[in-house]
Amino acid sequence: MTQSVVLQVGQCGNQIGCCFWGLALREHAAVNQKAIYDEAISSFFRNVDTRVVGDGGSISKGKICSLKARAVLIDMEEGVVNEILQGPLRDVFDSKQLITDISGSGNNWAVGHKVFGSLYQEQILEKLRKSAEHCDCLQCFFIIHSMGGGTGSGLGTFLLKVLEDEFPEVYRFVTSIYPSGEDDVITSPYNSMLAMKELNEHADCVLPIDNQSLFDIISKIDLMVNSGKLGTAIKPKSLVTSSAGAFKKRQEKPFDAMNNIVANLLLNLTSSARFEGSLNMDLNEISMNLVPFPQLHYLVSSLTPLYTLADVNIPSRRLDQMFSDAFSKDHQLIRADPKHSLYLACALMVRGNVQISDLRRNIERLKPSLRFVSWNQEGWKTSLCSVPPVGHSHSLLALANNTCVKPTFIELRERFTRLYRKRAHLHHYLQIEGMEESCFTEALSSLSALIQEYNQLDATKSMPAEELPRLSVAV
Amino acid sequence: MSIVTVQLGQCGNQIGFEVFDALFSDSHCPQGLCSKRENEAYQASCKERFFSEEENGVPIARAVLVDMEPKVINQTLSKAAHSGRWNYGQHSCFCQKQGSGNNWAYGYSVHGPRHEESIMNLIQKEVEKCDSLNGFFIIMSMAGGTGSGLGAFATQNLQDQYSNSLKMNQIIWPYGTGEVIVQNYNSILTLSHLYRSSDALLVHENDAVHKICAKLMNIKQISFRDINQVLAHQLGSVFQPTYSEEGSFHYRRNPLGIDWQVRPPLSGLPTRGKMSLNKEFHFNTSIANLVILRGKDVHSAELGAFKDPALYTSWLEPVHAFSVWKTQRAFSKYEKSAALVSNSQFLVKPLDTIVGKAWNMFASKAYIHQYTKFGIEEEDFLDSFTLLEQVIASYCNLGF
Repeated sequence: MTQSVVLQVGQCGNQIGCCFWGLALREHAAVNQKAIYDEAISSFFRNVDTRVVGDGGSISKGKICSLKARAVLIDMEEGVVNEILQGPLRDVFDSKQLITDISGSGNNWAVGHKVFGSLYQEQILEKLRKSAEHCDCLQCFFIIHSMGGGTGSGLGTFLLKVLEDEFPEVYRFVTSIYPSGEDDVITSPYNSMLAMKELNEHADCVLPIDNQSLFDIISKIDLMVNSGKLGTAIKPKSLVTSSAGAFKKRQEKPFDAMNNIVANLLLNLTSSARFEGSLNMDLNEISMNLVPFPQLHYLVSSLTPLYTLADVNIPSRRLDQMFSDAFSKDHQLIRADPKHSLYLACALMVRGNVQISDLRRNIERLKPSLRFVSWNQEGWKTSLCSVPPVGHSHSLLALANNTCVKPTFIELRERFTRLYRKRAHLHHYLQIEGMEESCFTEALSSLSALIQEYNQLDATKSMPAEELPRLSVAV
Repeated sequence: MSIVTVQLGQCGNQIGFEVFDALFSDSHCPQGLCSKRENEAYQASCKERFFSEEENGVPIARAVLVDMEPKVINQTLSKAAHSGRWNYGQHSCFCQKQGSGNNWAYGYSVHGPRHEESIMNLIQKEVEKCDSLNGFFIIMSMAGGTGSGLGAFATQNLQDQYSNSLKMNQIIWPYGTGEVIVQNYNSILTLSHLYRSSDALLVHENDAVHKICAKLMNIKQISFRDINQVLAHQLGSVFQPTYSEEGSFHYRRNPLGIDWQVRPPLSGLPTRGKMSLNKEFHFNTSIANLVILRGKDVHSAELGAFKDPALYTSWLEPVHAFSVWKTQRAFSKYEKSAALVSNSQFLVKPLDTIVGKAWNMFASKAYIHQYTKFGIEEEDFLDSFTLLEQVIASYCNLGF
C-alpha cells in the first residue's frame, strides 16, 4: 500500500485541506470500527505515540494511538493556519509541518513564487523530505491551492518545480480552484495565467474546479432540501456539502459547504487505492489511462449523488440515475458541458454496492450520446471499490479528459488580455526581482498552445474516423 | 503428476482462488456417480495434482501468488483461510507496495527484472514439493499492468528455467467496452511475448462469460465473483482427472500436455493471396478439438459429429485433430457434463478487433510516452503488431 502527502497552500488550499482531513477521519472511523491502524489509514495518516519526544514516535501497526495527517501546511499569512491549529483538528496536524509568514503575498503571484519561493525553498525541502521519510512507499503529492491569489497560486506552483526535481518518481496531482467571472481579486487573471504555465509544465494531473460551479451545486441542494419537494428528510451525513459527523463543535462557515465538495472529490479519487474492491484502481492508473499526451492532463470531475434520501427508494433506478447525473453539466465541478464536447478518455470510479453488470449496462446506455475521439472510441477506465462513502450506499466519481475545459482556458486568456493590454497593475509584478515581461508573454503562449491542441482535437469531432491500413504480412 | 499454478495480478489472484475452490469442492463431492474406489482414486489424483498435504491435514494449494500491491493477495489469503477446507501456503506469496499502474512496460521492464529472483525462488520451492511436475498453469489478465507485463516476463523466465516443462497461460480477454483505456496496447504486447514463450494460451473473454451469466444463468446483478466462478467451473471440468485412453484405472491424462502446437505441413500448402476478413466463413475451422465427457453414459456417447472433416482444415485428418477423454466420475454434481477445448478460428475476430483498435491508437501515438518512459519503444510495438498480424493470417488461411 502506498502513501500520499497533501500540500495545502494559501488560504483556499488550507481551508479545503482542513475540510478534507475532517472528512477523511470521519470516513476511516466509519470503516475501521476497531481502531486498528491498518494500511488503508496509513495512506493519509501516521500513527504516533505522542509520549515520545522528537521523531521516534511512529507506530506502524496495532491500535491507533494518535493519528497525524501526512500534510504540510503552507501559508504566507497566519490567520487561516492559526485557526486550524486552534480548532478541533489541531491534534491531527504535526506542528512542525508548517511554513508560515505574516505579511501575505498581496494577491501577487510574483511575490508568492519569486519572493517567498526563494525565501522558503530550504525550509520547504526540509519539510517535504521529512514527510517522505515518514512514508514506507510514497506514491503521490496532492497539492491544493487556488489560482487567483498570490500564495496558493505563486508559492503553490513554485512547489511543483521543487517536487519535480526532488521527487521525480512521485506523482503530482493538483487540485486547482480557478477564479469565477465575478472574482473580487482584480489581478486574478494575471495570477492564474502565470500559474497555468507552471501547471502545464510541472503537474502530472490537474483537477480544475471553479467556485461558481460549487456554488451552483450548493444552491441546487438547498433548493431541494428547502422546497419540500422531497417527501422525507435527507440523510445529513450524505450531503456532499456537509461536515455532519466530522466534528461536533464546528460552526459551518460560508465556504465550508463548497470546500466539502472538493474534499469529497479527493476522498473518492483515492478510495479504490485505499480500500478493497473487485476492480481496483491505483493513483498511478489515473495518469496512465487519462493522460494520452503529456500536456493534456486536465481532468474535469463530477460527483454523484449529491445527497441520499432517508427512505429507501427503488435501488436500481437510483443507480442508473447516478450515472446519468455524472454526465450532466450541472454536476461538473467546473463550468463545462462534456456531453457536447469531445472525450479523449473517461474514468468511472464507483463505490459501494455496484457490480460490473450495473457499470456495463450504464456505459452501454450512455455511450451513444457521448463523442469520443476517433483513436479511443471505447476509452473507458472503470473501477469498483466495495466501501461506499459515509451516508451513501453507492457513489460515482467521473473524471473526464474532455475538450470542454477549453472554454475555461479561453475565458482566462480573454480576461488576462483585457488587463494586460492596458498594462493595468503590471508594475506590481515587474518590480519583483526575477520578473520580466517575458514571464507574461511566455505564459500566454503556453496557454495558447494548449488551447490550440484542444482546438485541433475538436476539429476532428465531425470528421469520420479514418481506417488506417493495417500491416500486411506474408504467411 | 502435479501442476504448479502461478496467480498474477488482481485478476489472476481472484480467479485462482475460485479455481482451487472449485477443484476442491468437486473432488470432495460425495455424489461421484461411480464406485467408491473410483471416487477415491479421483480424489487422490486431484489432490496430488493441485494440493500438497500439510501437517494439520489441511490441503495446501500448489500455487504461487504474485501481485505488486497487497490488497488483493491479502483478501485472497483470508478468503482461503476462512473457508477452513483448504489454504494457500504461508510463504507462497510475493507482494510489493505499489502496483504497475496498468502499464505493461512497468510490469515487464521494471517489476520483472527487479523481482525475478524472488519470484522464481518461490516457484522453485513449489516445484520441489512435487514428486513429478506436469507443468505450469499461469493465470493472468491482458488488460492491466502486472498480470500482463509481469506475467509475460515470468513466462519467459519459466521457459528459460524449466524448458522441459509445459506452460499453459490462462488469459483473460477484457471486455470490449473498456475496463482499462490502454488495454489494447497491453493486450498486444502480452500476446506477442507469450507467443514466443508459452506452450498454450487458454483464453476466456469477459464478454462471453458475462453473457453466460446473463443469458444462461439469469443472474440479475452480475459481479466479478459470478464471472470468476463460471470460469473456475469451466477450468475445473477440463483440469480434473480423466482416464487415459488405455482404459487403466490411473488418472494419467495431463491437461497441459495436449499437443496444442500444430504446424501446417511445409509443402503442399496452397498459396493464397491476402484474404479479407469480411468474407463469410461457412465453418469455424479447427486444428484441434478436445471433448471431455464426465458422468453417466460416457461410453455410449455419440461423437460422430465432431469427426466431420468439414470442421477441420484441409491438411488435417479428423482422427489427428480430434480427441475425446471420458470419465465416469461425475463433475460437480452434474449427472452428465461435457467440456470442449478448441484450437480454431474462433478467436480470430476478437484478436483482429484488438489489433485494429491498438493500431488505430498507435497511429495517433496516444499514450506511447507512458511506455517509452520505461523502455518499451515504438519498435517493440511494431514487432508485436507484425507477429500478431502473422498469427491472424495463419489462422485465416486455415479456412482453405
